[in-house]
Amino acid sequence: MILLQLFWTFFKIGAFTFGGGYAMLPLIQSEVAAHGWMDAAELVNFVAVSESTPGPFAVNISTFVGVRLAGIPGAICATLGVALPSFIIILIVAKCFQRFKSSAIVQGCMSGLRPAVVGLIATALLSVGQTVFFPDGIAFGTTFYVSLGAFLLSTLLAFRKLHPIWIICISAAIGVAAGYGLGL
Amino acid sequence: MNRQLNLFLTFMKIGAFTFGGGYAMIPLIQREIVEEKKWISESELMDMIAIAESTPGPIAINSATFVGHHVGGFWGAFCATLGVILPSFVIIAAISYVLRQFESLRAVKYAFMGIRAGVLALILKAFWTMARQIPKNAVSCGIAAAAFVLAALLKLNVLAVIVLCAAAGLIASLAAERRAK
Repeated sequence: MILLQLFWTFFKIGAFTFGGGYAMLPLIQSEVAAHGWMDAAELVNFVAVSESTPGPFAVNISTFVGVRLAGIPGAICATLGVALPSFIIILIVAKCFQRFKSSAIVQGCMSGLRPAVVGLIATALLSVGQTVFFPDGIAFGTTFYVSLGAFLLSTLLAFRKLHPIWIICISAAIGVAAGYGLGL
Repeated sequence: MNRQLNLFLTFMKIGAFTFGGGYAMIPLIQREIVEEKKWISESELMDMIAIAESTPGPIAINSATFVGHHVGGFWGAFCATLGVILPSFVIIAAISYVLRQFESLRAVKYAFMGIRAGVLALILKAFWTMARQIPKNAVSCGIAAAAFVLAALLKLNVLAVIVLCAAAGLIASLAAERRAK
């Protein structure tokens, strides 16, 4: 039963992912958190794990959630689920792709989906921001100021085009130093 | 070498060396598939990117299926897709066991507290990059704002938000076409 649930949940995620990456976060959050499979902080932690390992985020997260819930069989069902919609759709589109490419309907839908991705990343920004700064309700304690410092420095580095892996390493070091240094 | 096996191994290599997924894969595909193996041409690569972007699913899987099908039919698509998935699958399955062993350590908890703030910065950067790419007109900005309000503030189901935005884009572009006539 859990295997079927994993397959179906990730099938839906695979079928509705456009543009990939962070735009997927609200979708994953609503589908995965709704089942109670992962909490918000775990999901954000996993984004960092996925950025530091090879492979697409969709495959990484489906394998991870699948292993956690039902071992290797779970990982296989979840990953199969996330990959299957693309696989089927591309096989169909590949046969008639000249018509597909110039189709007014496809172009029209895409003109709505591109801005939707921006709105969904903004949604991810809001929910991840809440997880980072106010994990236990609105409070301006040490955790808040440490996170704010790490966020500001990381933002500066990200906009100077430093590779995400370095940003993750540096922010991890800030977390460890502040954690032990301030005795959190 | 057998064509299917060759596709499997080539895409396994691409899957194993793509960090961050999606667009990071395209230069690798260009070098391996277009320049070295000559399985598809440069203009077919452009078509592939356009199709991968305008169909649902992760770009890595879309691209592997497309190239695999082009080179070796259904089984070519199957082998290429399996190849691109396998490295992440093995690595993440291994990591999830390791993470479980270490996640209760204090140092790891502190590290992840910092890392979450770093991830927030990466999302902000992605938001900025994507927001600059969309057309600066009332329809695009309106749809982006509506997606945010519906998903973030009104907590509408994200699947419904995606369908609504696609429909809004379609209606707006058909209306613009009719006006042009």
